[in-house]
Parts: sequence; C-alpha cells; structure tokens
Amino acid sequence: MSAAEVAATVTDPELPMVTLAELGILRDVRETDDGVEVTITPTYSGCPAMEAIQADLVRALRTAGYARARVRTLLAPAWTTDWITESGKAKLFAAGIAPPGPAPRRAAGPVPLVLGVRDERVACPRCGEESTERLAAFGATACRELRRCPACREPFEHVKEI
Amino acid sequence: MSFDDAYQALTDHDDDARWAYGTGFADPLAGVPTALPDGVDGADLAAYCLMIGDDALILSHRLQQWVTRAPELEDEMAIANIGLDLLGQARLLLTRAGEAEGTGRDEDDLAYLRDPADFRHVRLVERDDTDFGQLIARLLVFSTWRLALLDRLATSRDPVLAAIGAKGVKEVAYHREYAAGWAVRLGDGTELSHRRMQDAVDAVWPLLGELFTPHDVEVRLAAAGVAVDPASLRPEFDTVLTEVLRAATLDMPAADTAEAGGIVPVGATSPASGAVSAGGGTGGRDGRHGDELAAILAELQGLARATPGGVW
Repeated sequence: MSAAEVAATVTDPELPMVTLAELGILRDVRETDDGVEVTITPTYSGCPAMEAIQADLVRALRTAGYARARVRTLLAPAWTTDWITESGKAKLFAAGIAPPGPAPRRAAGPVPLVLGVRDERVACPRCGEESTERLAAFGATACRELRRCPACREPFEHVKEI
Repeated sequence: MSFDDAYQALTDHDDDARWAYGTGFADPLAGVPTALPDGVDGADLAAYCLMIGDDALILSHRLQQWVTRAPELEDEMAIANIGLDLLGQARLLLTRAGEAEGTGRDEDDLAYLRDPADFRHVRLVERDDTDFGQLIARLLVFSTWRLALLDRLATSRDPVLAAIGAKGVKEVAYHREYAAGWAVRLGDGTELSHRRMQDAVDAVWPLLGELFTPHDVEVRLAAAGVAVDPASLRPEFDTVLTEVLRAATLDMPAADTAEAGGIVPVGATSPASGAVSAGGGTGGRDGRHGDELAAILAELQGLARATPGGVW
C-alpha cells in the first residue's frame, strides 16, 4: 500500500466508525526522500485527540513499513465540518450520531448573536423525525452537541456545524 | 486500525502517547512556519501573544475549577469544553510567543515556570467566581470581547495569529451563545435569579476598562497590521451587551474604569478583585495582578515545578 492508502485507513480515536480522511482532518500525505510527511488540520484548538491522532498515524505507517513518518499541523484554513465526506456522514448517521448540515456562511460584519433557540433542523438518527430539540450545546467532545427527539423520545448526539 | 469504541482503543496497547496529560505534549504548532512577518519586532509579538494567550490560560483554569461543581451535567460539560477550547488557544499562543521571543522557551516553560509578575492577562480573568451568575457574567463579557478580537485577528499579517483567530472565532461564538443564554435565563427568571445576575454584571463591570485600553505593544503591532487595537472592539461589544442585557431585563451599569486603565481602586464595587499587588497606574498587561493570581499559579504550576522536566 502507498503511504497515502495506509494513512487513509486510520480511524478517529473518538469517533472510531469514521476515518481521519472521512472527517477531513487528514489533509495531505507525501512520500519524500526524508520519509513520509502527513499533514493534518485540528478540529478544535483544544481537541485532546490530536495527540492520539498523530501517534496513530505514525504507528500505522511504521507498521506498514514506513519507518520514518512525521505529522505536521496545518492551521489555516481552519477545519470545517463541510470537509466531512458523504461516506463519513453516512457512517456517523448509522452509528446514531446526526451528521452536520452545511456550515453557516457568514455575511460581512460582526458574528451575529444567537439568543434563544437556534433555527436549525436536525433529523433524529434513530427514527428520522425531522424536528428535534437541543438539550445542550456541548457534548461528550468539543465537536458534538446533545439533542432529543420528541417522537421516539431518545437523546442523540449531533456533530455541530462549524 | 478499527475499534468498536474509543475505550477499547485506549486499552489496546501500551502507548504513552495516548496518555499525554500534563507536560510533554507534542508541539501544537509542529510544522507551522515560524518566520516573523517583515518589520515586526519579535519581542513585541511575543509580548502580545502572551497577553491574549494568558487571558485564555487563566480563564481556562478558573473554568476548570468549576468542574464537578456545575449546577447540571449539561453545564458541567459546557464549562469543561469552553475551558478546553481556551486552553487550546493558550497552547497555540504561548508556543507562538516562545518562537517569537527566540529564547527556545516552549508552552510548558511559559505556562509552568513564569512568576506572577510575568503574566500578561487582564485582571478580569483571574477573579474568583462566588456564584454561577458571576461565572456567566464574566464569560459573557470576556467571550463577547474575545470573539470581536479573534474575528479581527483573522486578517493579521502574522499567519499564525491569523490562523488562531479564524479558528477561535468558531469556538468562541459558542461560548458567547452559552453565556448569553444563561444571562437571559437568570436575568429574566425569578426575582432571586434576576437580582443575583444583576449583582454579577455589576461586579464584573469595573474590570472592563482594561479590555479596551491599548497597551503600547498593541498600538505598535496594530499599526503594523499584526494586532488589533482593543479600543476598536468597544462598539461591537456595546452593541452585543446591550442586546443581551435588554433580553435579560438587566440594567447596564453606568460606567466602567476605562479612564483608570482597568485598575480597580481598593474598595471599588468588585468584591472579589483583590488588592493590586504593586503600585503604579498600570494593569494586568504590565504584570500587575491581584493576590488571587498567586493562588491560581500555586495550583496550576505546583506539580510541574515540583518535578522539573518531568513528563508523565
């Protein structure tokens, strides 16, 4: 396998049903004279999974015979949930996590203030009910929020659009 | 590599990289170009990165102190996540500060081995919260200010600051939304919650001036297109706070201490601001802090200082 193919098999430590490539975290894999250089973009500034992600990538490459591999960080452009692939979104949905819709597009000027209930429709990944409500804007990880379905009464997680 | 859940992955093998808590993290700017923009003084850039990096570091610590004490599990997670976002921003900014000053100090050296007078945060972030309303009032004013700041930093001539700004905007927008939501819920709630939320806003107001008072470093770097003149953030701040406080049925306090450079005179209305640690008309941006910072640093730095160079 090429180094890019190996890196593309590595899954996310917090969302093990999807690969780093499907999440859009894996930006580039390059085989150079000085070993393999992998480029990743962090999701959130404080995401503690970044350490594990770097270690997982290096270990997978080493196991596949690429003894020299390093991971570099690319901060800009900032990660957006729009980079999550269709297959990634389908796998999240199948695992009971509502995938993100399109990231908000901002007009020029200050970031608009949101007061009260956000105007957004997130379908329940269990029963498909389209009108669900937010329980909490912050979930088990920085990238997820907690929602509740009024039809099947189940809580579920949703990857926030950023 | 595929696991049914994250915990199985964690226990699958002996790999210290999965347990990289405390010191010894990988460089959060690994592979990011470190060159300084043309015509920018490294010492100034380092000082600026410390200012806005220490703001995030110290407030993150204050938020972490709420973990296990929040009123509901959802708020527990929100506060922890907000603290984590700010800690991530602090790591990037402190790392950038170390690069810019050219001394080889990394984020750990700067977070764990500086003395109180070398910290450059505004005094707003070090005050202790005496109740949940105070946590919300401080987070509301801080995140409103920082969101406006990061949004403008996204066009900085320093590519690292620009990237940190663009990324941070997405995070801090959620912090502001969380704080504004609670301010409205408490302010427009019961008689008791209204009174305590108003008290919290009143208590935080005397500390606002420092947020908008330009430091010499900010003035020079803003002229060079690298930093943001904090005075320019005031109109957006006032617009947002007016809207939130109106929705919360809270009164906006009459004035803050902008003309006093942000230092609260002894005996001023903020009960938890502590005494100014040294004389002079300067504030936290010049290393003048309240006594509370010593207690914060004792907790934040104790383990790292007790085991120099220790990695666990």
